[in-house]
Amino acid sequence: MFKNIVRLEARAESSHLMSYASPLIAIVLMMVGGLILFSILGKNPIEGFRIFFINPISDIYGLGELLLKATPLMIIATGLAIGFRANVWNIGAEGQFIMGGVAASAVALYFYESDGIHILICMVIAGGIGGMLWAAIPAFLKTRFNTNEILVSLMLVYVAQLAVSWLVHGPMIDPEGFNFPQSRMFEESALLPILIDGTRLNAAFMFALSVLLVGYVFMYRSFLGFQMQVAGNASDAARYAGFSAKRMVWIGLLSGGSMAGLAGMTEVSGPMGQLTEHVSNNYGFAAIIVAFVARLNPIGIFFASLLMALLYLGGEQGQQYMNLPSSISNVFQGMLLIFLLGSDVFINYRLKWGKP
Amino acid sequence: MTLKKDSQTRVRLELSAITKTYPAVIANDRVSLTVRQGEIHAVLGENGAGKSTLMKMIYGVTKPDSGEIKWQGEAIQVENPAQARSLGIGMVFQHFSLFETLSVVQNVALSLPDHQNLEGLAIKIKEVSDRYGLPVDPQRLVHALSVGERQRVEIIRCLLQNPKLLIMDEPTSVLTPQAVHKLFDTLRQLANEGCSILYISHKLDEIQSLCHVATVLRDGKVTGSCIPSQETPESMARLMIGKELPICQHDTPSELGEVRLKLNSLSQNSDDPFGTSLHGISFEIVAGEIFGIAGVSGNGQQELLYALSGEFPLASDALIEVCGQAVGSQSPDVRRQAGMGFVPEDRLGRGAVPQMSLSDNALLTAHSSQFDASQLDPSKPGKMLKNGMIQLSKVTQFANNCITKFNVKCGGAKSVAQSLSGGNLQKFIMAREILQAPKLLVVAQPTWGVDVGAAAFIRQQLIDLRNTGAAILVISEELEELFEISDRIAVMANGRLSPAKKLTDTNIDEIGVWMSGMWPKEKSAKDNHHV
Repeated sequence: MFKNIVRLEARAESSHLMSYASPLIAIVLMMVGGLILFSILGKNPIEGFRIFFINPISDIYGLGELLLKATPLMIIATGLAIGFRANVWNIGAEGQFIMGGVAASAVALYFYESDGIHILICMVIAGGIGGMLWAAIPAFLKTRFNTNEILVSLMLVYVAQLAVSWLVHGPMIDPEGFNFPQSRMFEESALLPILIDGTRLNAAFMFALSVLLVGYVFMYRSFLGFQMQVAGNASDAARYAGFSAKRMVWIGLLSGGSMAGLAGMTEVSGPMGQLTEHVSNNYGFAAIIVAFVARLNPIGIFFASLLMALLYLGGEQGQQYMNLPSSISNVFQGMLLIFLLGSDVFINYRLKWGKP
Repeated sequence: MTLKKDSQTRVRLELSAITKTYPAVIANDRVSLTVRQGEIHAVLGENGAGKSTLMKMIYGVTKPDSGEIKWQGEAIQVENPAQARSLGIGMVFQHFSLFETLSVVQNVALSLPDHQNLEGLAIKIKEVSDRYGLPVDPQRLVHALSVGERQRVEIIRCLLQNPKLLIMDEPTSVLTPQAVHKLFDTLRQLANEGCSILYISHKLDEIQSLCHVATVLRDGKVTGSCIPSQETPESMARLMIGKELPICQHDTPSELGEVRLKLNSLSQNSDDPFGTSLHGISFEIVAGEIFGIAGVSGNGQQELLYALSGEFPLASDALIEVCGQAVGSQSPDVRRQAGMGFVPEDRLGRGAVPQMSLSDNALLTAHSSQFDASQLDPSKPGKMLKNGMIQLSKVTQFANNCITKFNVKCGGAKSVAQSLSGGNLQKFIMAREILQAPKLLVVAQPTWGVDVGAAAFIRQQLIDLRNTGAAILVISEELEELFEISDRIAVMANGRLSPAKKLTDTNIDEIGVWMSGMWPKEKSAKDNHHV
């Protein structure tokens, strides 16, 4: 009976408007879902909304924290989007982030108790290469043996997590750290300079902005970016035009891996100041949601990263002031992705009322 | 050819005022049609005139928005194809409805109402296929069949059910002329036995030789009906396209130039166990001629085209020479640099990216064309790439040139490829390849699914390109088309290439015989080289 009242009808062409409206609808639905969730948990929804979305950014320190959390998301999501546009599905940015962090930490510890700008430069290079090498594994297996890069890159996340755990329990443990599983605190020379006094926001944010800019130019203005988009949309057309599919896989995975590795570097030499087991804070996975909410577009990534960062901060406030469990941030992230995928249906379909 | 007009002849199917609207288009607008018992009834119209939609409603694939369908005098609602089959309606689709992962016999069994003994059914299939000259192995998997073979399966599947009404949607495009004659004999025999046939086509000569009555559709509306035997092709064409049938100007080639494409005994085993291996294919095409390759689909044309395009490079460079350069193992890029243009048979998804704009699709193959922006001819683009960056204005300029010079109907260079009709997209792809001034152009199925007006335009453009001194290879299943534009013609059968003949030294009947692989063997492949 119900299907006679409302049904989905395929659109003649996919809706351009809807593809941009969909993320906004998803954000609204996520907030509505959040209000309902607060009510069910017996909290005042209005108060919850205020604590979650307004409190965290009500002062300069809060704004600094917002940009600080958004920084790695912007960097990773841009790298991932380059691959996603070519249908190269790197789901393992989390692992690449960790390995970038490990490599950068190794450099920082190697130069322990010395000084000079070369330390930070070497850390940046090491971070990028660390993440890139970790992403090269699925790229090699995909191009050589046609393995599925989704599975390989995802499984390597767990390998990376165990590897960092072993390192901070063993070779890289702080010798004066009372056996806590973490490295030494880095020296000043291995830390990124602070941008605004009174906040923790560091120079990595400027780097993230330039990544967005370069990413934009690469995606929309370079021939290589064009080739990757063709490969993502129609692989037969890419082959017809003579674009190498293997090259697309390599570029897609290595750009995601290097950016995730760099983000790992900015984390250990920024707010963390050392290597721990929990270096990542799920940034690698959250960046996937960011990239999709942003429609794989760098301008969108800027705003989606801010939103995702706000969810992280809101979650922390929720724990502090509302006694909510720490997984509340993940719940909001999950709702955002689900609602996005749901409203994306309407890019290619529309609701039709009445009998067919 | 004329039907007995006795009053006993019962009406089998009657459509009145059938209307069907899709989001963007009215596919059928108050279409009425009457089919009698034992009548072969043509539904004539260009691509997009609404023929297929109308047939799908009779067969229960889609439902009309309004209007009435009467089957043997009774108003009915055809809910689904299974009901249509139980009524005695069979349909052979233009786009096939077969499960690719199943075998021929399994596919046939699925469409039959009762559980079937597959072995017995395989024997029945063999019988029908022998009787009607539709050879197909019942045990083969459908995904490995060629387009032509898949259609044979569809035809056999219908014939096994002894239908009262058989709908044939453009059935002859993949058959040899002799097979078409055989099919027509079968259809006439079926009609004599009382079976009605709805025959969808845009080929006027076929309709004239086969059909008793014709209903003509244009833009979803009935524009007339006629007795084809009493009409001329010109008068039917006027009904169908609303104006005179355009004719190509094809004069004899002027000066023949140097060799532009040379195949040196190209043999290649197909990776696909059911694909066609190529055996010792050698030929030369020189500047200023159009070389046509005819043949029923699935005889190695696909494999030859992939070998030529470079999408799957060969083992050795020496097998293929483009403008004197050995490129057998080289990528499509290298071949394009050597002067080759290529138009594949699939437009959407291979020749063009469906979701991307016409500008982007222009860039797809024209990105490295070596033209100088300062050249006076405005159709020639400047370099589209600079230091790896796209020069958007140059790309747009080139795309606009393609659109205006080839009269592509679209919303401008920003329209996405999938928003264009098949004919207009083909015109655009042709324009993209031709305006790059290739020394050699390889074209597969230049006018497949393209309406009559656009098809004539495309053929004329190919002839004009030849007249500027380009060498052109056309691989097509439409013999009439090859005879209209080629200077020399050869036939592919079973992965081998026949000797080439000058068009003036051969005729459709001879080429038709050759299409079944029977060409004089004493002629060696060397004769393909131009003399």
